[in-house]
Amino acid sequence: MNIVVCIKQVPDTESQIKIGADGKTIATDDIKWVMNPYDEFGVEEALRIQKAKGGTVTVVGAGPKRVTEALRTALAMGADKAVLVEDEGLYGADPMAVAKILAAAIKPLTPDLVFLGQRAIDDDAGLVGSALAEHLDMPNLSVVTKLDLGEGSVTAQRPVEGQTLVLEAPLPALITTQKGLNEPRYASLPGIMKAKKKPLEVKTLADLGVDAAGKASVAALNPPPSRAAGKTIGGETPQDLAAALAKALRDEAKVI
Amino acid sequence: MAGVWVIAEHRDGAFRKITFEAASAAKTVADALGADVTAVVLGGGLEAACADLGKYGVAKVLYADSADLTVYSTEGYAAAVADLAKSGAPDVIIFGASMQGKDLAGRLAAKLDTSVAVDCTALKVDGGKLVATRPIYAGKIYADVLVTGAPQIATLRPNVFDVVETGASAAVEKVSPAVGAIKVKQVEALAEEGGKIDLTEATIIVSGGRGMKEADNFKLLEALADALGGTVGASRSAVDAGWRSHHDQVGQTGKVVTPNLYIACGISGAIQHLAGMGSSKVIVAINKDADAPIHTKADFCVVADLFDVVPALTEECKKLG
Ligand SMILES: Cc1cc2nc3c(=O)[nH]c(=O)nc-3n(C[C@H](O)[C@H](O)[C@H](O)COP(=O)(O)OP(=O)(O)OC[C@H]3O[C@@H](n4cnc5c(N)ncnc54)[C@H](O)[C@@H]3O)c2cc1C
Ligand SMILES: Nc1ncnc2c1ncn2[C@@H]1O[C@H](COP(=O)(O)O)[C@@H](O)[C@H]1O
Repeated sequence: MNIVVCIKQVPDTESQIKIGADGKTIATDDIKWVMNPYDEFGVEEALRIQKAKGGTVTVVGAGPKRVTEALRTALAMGADKAVLVEDEGLYGADPMAVAKILAAAIKPLTPDLVFLGQRAIDDDAGLVGSALAEHLDMPNLSVVTKLDLGEGSVTAQRPVEGQTLVLEAPLPALITTQKGLNEPRYASLPGIMKAKKKPLEVKTLADLGVDAAGKASVAALNPPPSRAAGKTIGGETPQDLAAALAKALRDEAKVI
Repeated sequence: MAGVWVIAEHRDGAFRKITFEAASAAKTVADALGADVTAVVLGGGLEAACADLGKYGVAKVLYADSADLTVYSTEGYAAAVADLAKSGAPDVIIFGASMQGKDLAGRLAAKLDTSVAVDCTALKVDGGKLVATRPIYAGKIYADVLVTGAPQIATLRPNVFDVVETGASAAVEKVSPAVGAIKVKQVEALAEEGGKIDLTEATIIVSGGRGMKEADNFKLLEALADALGGTVGASRSAVDAGWRSHHDQVGQTGKVVTPNLYIACGISGAIQHLAGMGSSKVIVAINKDADAPIHTKADFCVVADLFDVVPALTEECKKLG
């Protein structure tokens, strides 16, 4: 079983995000970079499948040199080897371009299963998974909370609005992960030591014969639209407060 | 046939509300471009419903009456829409950023070698091109995105764009797009517990956090939600404590919701929680700590003990009934 897990390095959710001087990109100086939390579910699931069925787990990331840290974290969790497509300009690229780049890096690995996060918590796009599946000519199962591997096939649970779909696909297949799939392990100290010696291959866009030119651009970044200042509901007793709130919601906001 | 296309979404033989939101938004875009709206309807048994799309500004419906497309599949839908788009050459394709739409977007754009502005909260036309606004970094920043590929594709955050009825009827043309091989089979669709309305579609949400103290206390929120016709949600702390299922989690690692009314009870308002509910139309905070960040995001702040206020509010709402 050849398993590939795609890993994006993203700002930690606690990071303050500031708009850069050009008004189109973010200022990256004060950011703590981490593995996209959804990608941790992919690494965990790959390791569990490997334990049951054998095989190799390869993690693949595309971006600046610092992405090495996220790949090393995955190796410390237990992945066997890593591929970094290194390019300083790649952070913030159109996810559709990233999907093409990842496809070029992943094709030679001939995976049976490919894992990605359902979305990256920076661009919140959720595009790379199904686009990569198209480039790899694989079926895709998106936003999966439960996965069972059969002989040459996978069965997945995918919650959608008000339902959970049970989907089945032949291998090779591409899966995007959702919270609930598993509890990702932490990298152990021995794991971290071992990870330093595991193979990490670095490729350039030129090596892969692809470029980062996308089909979308950011015209401007802006702070979120401001909400009008809130109104504090006054009242002596809980009953007064409740009555005043209900009145405000009915007469003023007209939502009940 | 150049113009603005809408991809309809349906379940059990009826269009979903997001289809009407997308059609209404597409009409505005089409008017600005001097074009017409065409809806693409994939799946069998929808003939009668098709003409009705005219109400929301659709001039023409391309209807693929095909059993292969009645149940959504990424491969089938992406292939069919791409096939139609190659001959129809729309300038813009719009659909919902629902679970289905989010899944379709990447595969469709890859087939058409274009890109997508995902989960948009506003659309405008500038210099003959669609410019879409979308939250990124969990809503800490909003980006204006220009898709430079053709067609320009945008998916819309549910419940943000108004449904506007214009009253006309649409012409229906039957089409037979190439569907290709569909490797993914839908084995089953399991209904969610108790037939409750999904958070992403609820118009009223009553959410509880760590301030609820224990699982049993969520009964108070269930009672309020019942009185209002709403659904109960939760913060990650409440989910991690095992008080609620992870289906109920609102936030960055949970669901993004846009109800008309969101009542946050015993929730502090961490950035990751705000990421999931910050674009709700009206936000109420019930939190005894006047300095809790949720109070700076709320339209109505109640600084009090939720165990006193929530039951009283339920009684008030029943009176309004
Ligand atoms: C990668 C990552 C992803 C995350 N994703 C999510 C996510 O998707 N969703 C999410 O919600 N969080 C998420 N979090 C967690 C988030 O940072 C917060 O820890 C969490 O939202 C806090 O939950 P809370 O508001 O319920 O609890 P707390 O922050 O503990 O707040 C409890 C509040 O209840 C109030 N309170 C207590 N008792 C009462 C009472 N009797 N009456 C009235 N008020 C009372 C207190 O004043 C307090 O403000 C994420 C964190 C990380 C790092
Ligand atoms: N630069 C990248 N390198 C590796 N994987 C990526 C990259 N960008 C996105 N991904 C993968 O695609 C998923 C979804 O990303 P996105 O479509 O950008 O929201 C992530 O969780 C990763 O698994």
